[in-house]
Amino acid sequence: MRKFLSSAAIAVVMLAGVGAAEAADVKEVQMLHWWTSGGEAAALNVLKEDLSKEGFAWKDVPVAGGGGDAAMTALKAMVAAGTYPTASQMLGYTVLDYAEAGVMGDLTETAKKEGWDKSVPAALQKFSVYDGKWVAAPVNVHSVNWLWINKAVMDKIGGSEPKTFDDLIALLDKAKAAGVIPLALGGQNWQEATMFDSIVLSTGGPEFYKKAFNDLDEEALKSETMKKSFDNLAKIVKYVDPNFSGRDWNLATAMVIKGDALVQVMGDWAKGEFVAAKKTPDTDFLCYRFPGTDGSVIYNSDMFGMFNVPDDRKAAQVALATATLSKSFQSAFNVVKGSVPARTDVPDTDFDACGKKGIADLKAANEGGTLFGSLAQGYGAPPAIANAYKDVVSKFVHGQIKSSDEAVTQLVQAIDDAR
Amino acid sequence: MSTVATTDPVLTPGQASGISLRSRLQDALPKIVLAPSFVITLIFVYGFIVWTAYLSFTNSKTFPSYQLTGARAYQRLWRWTFESDPPSSWYTSITNMAIFGFLYVGICLALGLLLAILLDQKIRGEGLLRPIFLYPMALSFIVTGVAWKWFLDPGLGLEQTLHHFGWTSFHFDWIKNKDFVIYTVVIAGVWQASGFVMAMFLAGLRGIDGEIMKAAQIDGASPLQLYRRIVIPLLRPIFLSAFIVLAHMAIKSYDLVVALTSGGPGGSAWLPSNFMYEYTFKRNEMAVGSASAIIMLMTISAIIVPYLYSELKEKAR
Repeated sequence: MRKFLSSAAIAVVMLAGVGAAEAADVKEVQMLHWWTSGGEAAALNVLKEDLSKEGFAWKDVPVAGGGGDAAMTALKAMVAAGTYPTASQMLGYTVLDYAEAGVMGDLTETAKKEGWDKSVPAALQKFSVYDGKWVAAPVNVHSVNWLWINKAVMDKIGGSEPKTFDDLIALLDKAKAAGVIPLALGGQNWQEATMFDSIVLSTGGPEFYKKAFNDLDEEALKSETMKKSFDNLAKIVKYVDPNFSGRDWNLATAMVIKGDALVQVMGDWAKGEFVAAKKTPDTDFLCYRFPGTDGSVIYNSDMFGMFNVPDDRKAAQVALATATLSKSFQSAFNVVKGSVPARTDVPDTDFDACGKKGIADLKAANEGGTLFGSLAQGYGAPPAIANAYKDVVSKFVHGQIKSSDEAVTQLVQAIDDAR
Repeated sequence: MSTVATTDPVLTPGQASGISLRSRLQDALPKIVLAPSFVITLIFVYGFIVWTAYLSFTNSKTFPSYQLTGARAYQRLWRWTFESDPPSSWYTSITNMAIFGFLYVGICLALGLLLAILLDQKIRGEGLLRPIFLYPMALSFIVTGVAWKWFLDPGLGLEQTLHHFGWTSFHFDWIKNKDFVIYTVVIAGVWQASGFVMAMFLAGLRGIDGEIMKAAQIDGASPLQLYRRIVIPLLRPIFLSAFIVLAHMAIKSYDLVVALTSGGPGGSAWLPSNFMYEYTFKRNEMAVGSASAIIMLMTISAIIVPYLYSELKEKAR
């Protein structure tokens, strides 16, 4: 009996301990993210400081491994176990997946008070608003249809900004003749598909891109224009060095930074690498829109998905969401990250030339209705379809799929399978 | 089939009734200690096998769903099994598994046996050579993968070095080539495991009774005959152990493919384990991933179970 009593006492103490721990959580923001590189961590510190001014502690939910994949697996496990973090870095359709599973919180009140509806582009709201409720706070907008060019190499070969796809091919020819690697590409499926996003927009125009890659219209996917896009991909891939397969994107960027290669087609996170290497736009490197895509923006965006936390932890979550979408944080963070703010009313004073262009482009695209989700980056369609698409593009680039006819057939079939 | 009776008669419950609590506790101790790990194994291995099998018949996407929807996942896999031009990811995975499994196990066994026989010739410096061959096994597949990735990369490793020394016509780009990338996985895998197999065979060779060898030699057997007719047949149990170890390493080598090739150009280095992980966790197609896992399990069972059965039956006879 004595033994029973003592073990009961231990149990009570333990329960009390759990209670105490939960009480401590109330003033704490638990955040799952994979921003661990130097610049990203520094940018996040801005947010941490903003929150600590309001009395909220920051707690990183540790995720082993650098990439988003590991974090997403960890998040899945946490959600399955019912222990939600306050917020988690999430991408595109993942937010909607979780919202559909009913584990996301509701930030509509805050959104109304802060006027998010008006300042956040409608295209982004598609992913941060589910069923009329705000479930995520967008942190930034990356855009994908960029060319990053080494200025010294450009001057050496006497090139100028390519305005059409044929111009680009001519420019790549010039670089080839001068003995420089014309195109720096990392042969991983997402990089190839990211480049193909731009090619499709350039080949088919905004209407076509939206139909094919956002609406997944079968006619568009099967069309001659899509075939032509694959032909253009085949054309441009001829300009990579033979050793490109499996290369990481930042190594490809480094080739452009060092002047080993002329150009990389990559999202604006590549700018972060240039900045980290102490290079300035227009003097060391050039940023152009992918030829034929001026006026349109293919985007992806990092979001902080907000989970359905108990009421006593809600205040911390609201503070986090408010701070995330505050103009000061949006500006400070995106200057470092290379992307542009997720709201269109942030002043561009602190941004460099490429950043200013990015902000202006985003605003114009938002107003003109030419802001499109990137299929390669999981903003065009759910992950199953996006991955099926990446497979097909990658197999085409590496020669398993031999003709554009076959590529189109495969694409339609793969997307149909994944639906 | 007769079983080998090793149970100590003192320990049977009927006779234990008269024995003191202390000694009964002592008897039960192994069972008590084993019970938690038994339960854990039961749940986390066999329980989850059942769970996975169940999930493969649902329409689980990002999260497990428990609504049965029939064998749609298997139908898709079945169709993909025959999609060879252009190869579907599943077709690539299973053909790669066949190539990799056959070559990896075969070469490891052959090379391991050869090394063991050579090391067994009472050569000088055996104590030094043995760990040199064995220690690749101490590395994880990730380390092996990354090291060989650099070594085989045409822009960094072997090819570049030989060009540097003046052999500019040398060309070796298998790791970047969709048709050959799987063979680089074999190379790295064999490099890592053959030393371990050697150690197993060496232990087996040392265990063979010298008298038999002497008798055979007196009867005039040549060294080749000696090994072919006597030594290698005697090593049969070692072959079984090595085969089982290698076979399961071949099937689980997910990390080697990822570290060495990051999936290969256009996913051409995938093994079924990569397929399973990709579909379950990255593509949010948990049903298809589960189905592929079950097919992997059944394939392994189809190979291992008859083999084990025949081997164990022989031993029991």
